Amino acid sequence: MTIPNIVGAGLIVIGAGLGIGKIGGSAMDAIARQPEASGKIQTAMLIAAALIEGIGFAALFAA
Amino acid sequence: MRVKSTLLTFVFTVLLSTASWAEHHDANHDTHADPEKDIKAEIKEFIAHHLQDTHDFHLTKGVSFPLPVILWDNGFQVFSSSKFHHGETVAEHNGNFYKLYHGKVYKTDAEGTITYDDYHHAVNEKPLDFSITKNVSFILIVSVLMMWMFSRMAKSYKTNPIPTGIGRFLEPIIVYVRDDIARPNIGEKHYKRYMSFLLTVFFFVWIINLLGLTPLGVNVTNNIAVTFSLAIMTYLITTFTGNKHYWKHIFWMPGVPTPMKVILAPIELLGTIIKPFSLMIRLYANITAGHVVLMSIIGLMFIFKSWIGSPLSFGLAFALALLELLVAALQAYIFTMLSALYFGSAVEEHHDH
Repeated sequence: MTIPNIVGAGLIVIGAGLGIGKIGGSAMDAIARQPEASGKIQTAMLIAAALIEGIGFAALFAA
Repeated sequence: MRVKSTLLTFVFTVLLSTASWAEHHDANHDTHADPEKDIKAEIKEFIAHHLQDTHDFHLTKGVSFPLPVILWDNGFQVFSSSKFHHGETVAEHNGNFYKLYHGKVYKTDAEGTITYDDYHHAVNEKPLDFSITKNVSFILIVSVLMMWMFSRMAKSYKTNPIPTGIGRFLEPIIVYVRDDIARPNIGEKHYKRYMSFLLTVFFFVWIINLLGLTPLGVNVTNNIAVTFSLAIMTYLITTFTGNKHYWKHIFWMPGVPTPMKVILAPIELLGTIIKPFSLMIRLYANITAGHVVLMSIIGLMFIFKSWIGSPLSFGLAFALALLELLVAALQAYIFTMLSALYFGSAVEEHHDH
């Protein structure tokens, strides 16, 4: 592992973390507003998080 | 050296051994003469070895079961992997000689010479390998286990509408997959066709992920070939059950100007491949990352040669193992969920454009 690789991996983790964090935060907001829809919101949240995670991992492999 | 690796193996094998303090103490004593770099290199090597598929089922140091090696080399060559002696010796079968090099079988001469090219890659002839390796054997074991579990459960419904035994545990999960994954994503009309695949893939991934957390050292979903096969099944089912709306949306997207349609067609076509590709990478990378981090944390015990190492490593490893327990189920759920979503897009019917 060279230094550019490590920096790249760090940037990917920051990006993916921010993205997933935002999804999680928004889902929390949404559940607080409409607790009865929490099941649907959770599903949508997991799918969105999984998609970001997939991109993140693909980038980590490239780095 | 031998004692140290025995200890390493033992600690990894019992995973969250509560007796780690004693081991740490011994390991400390034993490695006193070696520079720290050696331990780091050995831990790295151990993790790399764990992530590899092997030709024998290695339980702990000295305890391993040979598995059959099946090669296609002018006819099938079947022999036991015990002939390799963990890659140390050349195996002779029907007048042919084979040697293990980095977990792969190469055809060699009687002395086991392996020739390299400029990039230090072996250039020996590689026979086609159909061996029952560790991963394959665990896939077979899980298949048999699932077959037994679900056929027993199905049988119990014949006499009683309320399941007995393991069915009581499985029924809510099956109903969950049906009502919360398949039905809303695929639609009331078509979901039944896909239930068998979704249930199989859910339970297969889940059980095999959980087995990966046991001290057996199973790492089936760490193998990209396995996740590739799972993803290619999703791809094939999506492709072959797609109706004309699905294909129209790929090649001639309705509701956009004609120049856009031409641009969108290759992107959409690429998208059909990227979807299963991301399924493959996600499962593989999640489980691999989990195993690597867990083993590295346990390895910390041998790097920190102070009183803080063992409790720290134990606590972190315990917390991470609990997280991995969640990840095992979550990845199975995500895989099933996204598969259902792709199937749903393939059979979607009414469009209001």
